[in-house]
Amino acid sequence: MMPAFDVIIGLEVHVELNTASKLFCSCSTQFGADPNTETCPVCLGMPGVLPVLNRTAIALAVRAALALDCQVHTISKFDRKQYFYPDLPKAYQISQFDQPLAEHGALTMTEDGAARRIRIRRIHVEEDAGKLNHLGERLGDASGSLVDLNRAGVPLIEIVSEPDLRSADQARLYLTELKTILSYLDISDLRMEEGSMRCDANVSLRPAGYTGDVEDLPRSEIKNVNSFRNVQRGIEYEIERQSNLLRQGGRIVRETRGFDDASGRTYSQRSKEEAHDYRYFPEPDLPPLVLAETWIDQQKRALPVLPDAIRQMLRAQGIPAREAEVLVQDRAAFGYWQEATSLVADARLVTNWMLSDVARLINAAGQGFASSAVPPARLAELLKLLLAGTISGRMAKEILEKMFETGERAPDLVQSLGLSQITDQSAIAAVVREVLQGNPGVVQDYLGGKSKALAFLVGQVMKRTRGQAKPELANAVLKEILEAEYGATTP
Amino acid sequence: MTTTDWTAGRIAAAVRDGEISAREVVDAALARIERYDGDVGAFLHVEQSGARRAAATVDNLPAAQRRTLPLAGVPVAVKDNVVTRDMPTTAASRILEGFRAPFDATVVARLRQAGALIVGKTNLDEFAMGSSTEHSAFHPTRNPWDLTRVPGGSSGGSAAAVAARMVPLALGSDTGGSIRQPAAYCGVVGMKPTYGRVSRFGLIAFASSLDQIGPLARTVADARLLYRVIAGSDPCDSTALEGDAGEGLDEAVSLNGLRIGLPREYFGDGTDRRIRSVVAHALDRLESSGARLVEVSLPHTPYAISTYYLIAMAEASSNLSRYDGVRYGMRAGGRDLLDMYETTRAEGFGAEVKRRILLGTHALSAGYYDAYYLKAQKVRTLIRQDFDTAFLEVDVIATPTTPDLPFRLGERETDPLQMYLSDIFTVTSNLAGIPSLVVPVGVADGLPVGLQWMAPPLADGRLLAIAELCEKTVAIEPNWPLGGTMS
Ligand SMILES: [Zn+2]
Repeated sequence: MMPAFDVIIGLEVHVELNTASKLFCSCSTQFGADPNTETCPVCLGMPGVLPVLNRTAIALAVRAALALDCQVHTISKFDRKQYFYPDLPKAYQISQFDQPLAEHGALTMTEDGAARRIRIRRIHVEEDAGKLNHLGERLGDASGSLVDLNRAGVPLIEIVSEPDLRSADQARLYLTELKTILSYLDISDLRMEEGSMRCDANVSLRPAGYTGDVEDLPRSEIKNVNSFRNVQRGIEYEIERQSNLLRQGGRIVRETRGFDDASGRTYSQRSKEEAHDYRYFPEPDLPPLVLAETWIDQQKRALPVLPDAIRQMLRAQGIPAREAEVLVQDRAAFGYWQEATSLVADARLVTNWMLSDVARLINAAGQGFASSAVPPARLAELLKLLLAGTISGRMAKEILEKMFETGERAPDLVQSLGLSQITDQSAIAAVVREVLQGNPGVVQDYLGGKSKALAFLVGQVMKRTRGQAKPELANAVLKEILEAEYGATTP
Repeated sequence: MTTTDWTAGRIAAAVRDGEISAREVVDAALARIERYDGDVGAFLHVEQSGARRAAATVDNLPAAQRRTLPLAGVPVAVKDNVVTRDMPTTAASRILEGFRAPFDATVVARLRQAGALIVGKTNLDEFAMGSSTEHSAFHPTRNPWDLTRVPGGSSGGSAAAVAARMVPLALGSDTGGSIRQPAAYCGVVGMKPTYGRVSRFGLIAFASSLDQIGPLARTVADARLLYRVIAGSDPCDSTALEGDAGEGLDEAVSLNGLRIGLPREYFGDGTDRRIRSVVAHALDRLESSGARLVEVSLPHTPYAISTYYLIAMAEASSNLSRYDGVRYGMRAGGRDLLDMYETTRAEGFGAEVKRRILLGTHALSAGYYDAYYLKAQKVRTLIRQDFDTAFLEVDVIATPTTPDLPFRLGERETDPLQMYLSDIFTVTSNLAGIPSLVVPVGVADGLPVGLQWMAPPLADGRLLAIAELCEKTVAIEPNWPLGGTMS
């Protein structure tokens, strides 16, 4: 017998904003510099320093908030979140506690064809901590730890969902959709492997008949998982672990759990009893953050077209849902598509070529749509030749491969490879007459009613023209001459 | 010619005009420090070579350029919680022993720009926490008027250096009276500007929402001279106010009809009879010169001390967390991370600092925040409103600065609460963010007494003008300690 539990999941996603400088000082946010070279007295927490807010970071955060349908507050404030750790130079993180930048947003994702709305509780701005490089396996048995404060002070937003997710699959869908939306805003690199996007998952089980607040259910927080796949695995494991525990009459405790990639398991890191008291209080070194209503409206108007609108537009252009999703989720692909379709009106043709041949070739070359050796304008040139009948589909594929190899343009390759179709009717008529004269038996078959004989004759014409005759044209000219000169009657 | 007796204004004018070299001025100051600081202990660091280099720079400037320097050749002492690139900065704490900041505080940069010669760093109560300068980790400072007594604090080193005429000007910092109380104890002028008028960038934070850097001088004119140089907005300090800091600095004010508010809560029996009598005498003189004395009420005054200490300690507990032994300053212990934190902070901080960190941490703890910190912030608003209301009726407020005359070293060390209570008249200006200034108005039993003036926010210029009138009207000829007369 399966006791009934609802799975309750809420996600906290940290996104590093791609400003040139840090949140409270002018240090560069460049990833990968030598340790502690991107630092100054302010982000080192030297005595006497004061934070000065980077307004660009706020603009980026507001963009995210608006794209996620949040209410952006005209007044928010910064607070100090206090704890001791060597990667936190001031021993407090400047964050936003009870008056965040934005609240009450939502994201709509599609699960099995049905739209599902996930509410977003809040988005706040905060500074990142530095990094510890442990000399050894873990902090506990490390022979020492080296502190690198390059990342300390890099601007982050934390996007906190309401506990609206009901499965690990949904959690992954949410993350995918969130990343897709954010990718259109130019606010972050969104690289989980470099830590520019990080996710914590809160998982609890609600027994059937429970009527209390889900916030009061004991939950585990799975911290700092490094990929969407692992967030999903961690949650799956946690659902399994908690339901087993409950079935056996055990009790779930509120705790922080880590995720072990190798075993796919979560493990306890810190229980509630050991939890930090962060002693939040208003940051006295920064005045409240005041945003003008008109400025917020301006930001809203300046938002780019977002994934949902793009999906609708693609659907209207006849692009099937699957293909549309591939285009939407890869912003570079959609950009490629937009440019190509602005030059070649046949959107389906562009889509088919992009997602089959172009995708195969860029993957093989280790490129993306943004860095494709054949940019959208060049693909458009090729497709125009195809649409004009100058080349056949088969030729186009051959030319595209050559374009990737040589970087040459389609019209030039058509010339140099001598690949253009023969579209001159008289040129084809001459070949047709030769073929008819050379195959009297087949002609007789055709005249006797074997319409299949025509296909053989077309094949012969193609062969003689080394494939350059346009097949439809060859077909038409053959019929015409057979009627006019051999007395064939139209079937 | 003894330039150590001169005002800063006179020195700057003489150096600008080439009547005297900056080098002569700095040599005289350094000689006087050398002669008296063994007894007084005003300095934690004397920067002879740096000061002489700065003097040479001023002397070698083309005359036209030198003439633009408002503090040309004026020796200035800087409280050791203000960071300086070329000298140690310790905040009088073991935990920062040997620390050198990689940058100059905004006020220090402005001093250098103005042609001032920074002769050294003055003593204070550790991290500016105290009212006697006995809580310095290195040595106490003594009051030049009576070497058995304290100079007040926490800017006791700066006040003593000015009173002992080692320097004509010094920078202090004031969180709850740390400029004004030592100014009163040492018989000098001390000013806490409007919160935000002077950049805090480079001031080692004690309580960020209360801290303000300000001038100490022997005359109001000199205090104004220094204020004019250091005040003004600063892109490095988001709480520094925009707008013209020089506004109203040259305003003409008359005593005739000036409404001076006397808050009844500040004139109780708790104040030493001798202070009350000097203050009453000074107010009489002002009244007979045309001022109107108006009794006002600041009804939330009884809550000021607890409000002040809750906010100050809470902020201090956070501001002092960065001294963890990881990046700079002292590091002790090291069995593991926790041991390093604990040992460093246990050995690095003095008892008073630890007391405040503990109380402040407690006040911000889960379950206590609303009852303590949040409530204190609400009372703070009420205290600010008290002043707003009072300033509808009066132009300026005058009060005693301290309830007591300078006490003897060691006298109050065992009673921190008594020490906290003695800040009663000064903390309200910090809570309200208003400018406040102390000017000496008399001597009682050989010890100076200062009158405290408070003005509405941003009326720093008016405040200085009124204080200058007070200085002229209540002319005292202080018998400056340690020899010499004012000229
Ligand atoms: Zn920095």
